[in-house]
Amino acid sequence: MRAVTRAAMAVVGEESEMTRKKRRLYVVALALLGLGSAAALTLSAFEENIVFFFSPSDIVAQPPGDRNVRLGGLVEEGSVRKLPDGISIAFRVTDTVNAIPVTYTGIVPDLFREGQGVVAEGKVGPDGVFVAREVLARHDENYMPPEVADALKRAGHFQPEVPGRSVIAPSAAQAAPQATSTLERP
Amino acid sequence: MHRFANPARFQRLAAVILPWAAGIAVLATLAGLWTGLVTSPPDYQQGDTVRIMYVHVPAAWMSLFVYTTMAAAAVAALVWRHPLAEVYARAAAPLGAGFTAICLITGSLWGEPMWGTWWVWDARLTSVLILFFLYLGFMALVNAFDDPTRGAKAGSILLLVGVVNVPIIKFSVDWWNTLHQPASVLRLDGPTIYGDMLVPLFIMFAAFKAYFIAVVIVRMRAELAARKVQAMRLTQAARAPELSAAE
Repeated sequence: MRAVTRAAMAVVGEESEMTRKKRRLYVVALALLGLGSAAALTLSAFEENIVFFFSPSDIVAQPPGDRNVRLGGLVEEGSVRKLPDGISIAFRVTDTVNAIPVTYTGIVPDLFREGQGVVAEGKVGPDGVFVAREVLARHDENYMPPEVADALKRAGHFQPEVPGRSVIAPSAAQAAPQATSTLERP
Repeated sequence: MHRFANPARFQRLAAVILPWAAGIAVLATLAGLWTGLVTSPPDYQQGDTVRIMYVHVPAAWMSLFVYTTMAAAAVAALVWRHPLAEVYARAAAPLGAGFTAICLITGSLWGEPMWGTWWVWDARLTSVLILFFLYLGFMALVNAFDDPTRGAKAGSILLLVGVVNVPIIKFSVDWWNTLHQPASVLRLDGPTIYGDMLVPLFIMFAAFKAYFIAVVIVRMRAELAARKVQAMRLTQAARAPELSAAE
């Protein structure tokens, strides 16, 4: 350390240039650190506004009332049916913990099918049925040829992934049994 | 790193790399398009639409890669006054903007048939759009000053401010619920794309990368030549009064 200082002192011009560079480096590093923390705090504060959709557990935990919201999850197997008017469909959106009944009038995307990810925008009616204005399909991150998918299905390794996670009720799956065991039951 | 600060050394290195990069770009594009569009299998859910991935995903990766290297160059320019760093940032910016535009356009073309919409304001799409504006903003800013050194400094600061957006883009699909699906390739438990589809994806990525290297070298050379011309003009202008006085 002392040797370094002495060597640096020997060439004064070089020494000041080194410290200037070092100072600039610290300024840049500090600025980035501050900026990064500010961005992280802002984004975490606005999480509920940044999420594109809420899970069925979120809707159950905090009913949106008359607000327009997006509901995302899997189209429950065996839940899609045509309504008598011929142009509307009804199905259930599930995150495997909670499921919300949805009705929609219009054309659904090609990818819309049972067991597939879906995002519906609309309002929860007074009867608890989610009336969708728009239905978007969502696909998961798995890409494979049809033969491979068939082989996986035959082997029983095939299960659709639930899109997203709950925001308002972060661990609804674990929280629910805990609540019943500690609070409700004496 | 300062070994490369010498423009003459850069010119020598560039002359070696350029033909290789250009050759790899052409061959890998042909191979990637052939394997991607012809020999790779369709997806079990998306069918042939999945082939948009072979352009969309490499373009998205490049948009992040180019911005990250530009931000690193900004640090080198601000801290060490590296003479080639700002030349690189200027040369790379339009290419990065181009990759981002390709990513946004192909993503939109992919979203319409699959999701049922051209565009949504989810965290992934919005943050990539911001990246596109950062590129455009950088290009506008560096050219907005009469003094190129001040323009370069302002541009470097903008690049560093915008770098917070890079991790946001990458992890947006994990941090928030988005319509865009989570990562398929760079994830802890390994890729979730079947091997026959990964091969064309990586070939196309190599093609995009090689194309970028080749074009950025050409653009950096052009920028250096332009600066030389500018410097010559200045010395000539400075000498001109002397000459006229002598006559």
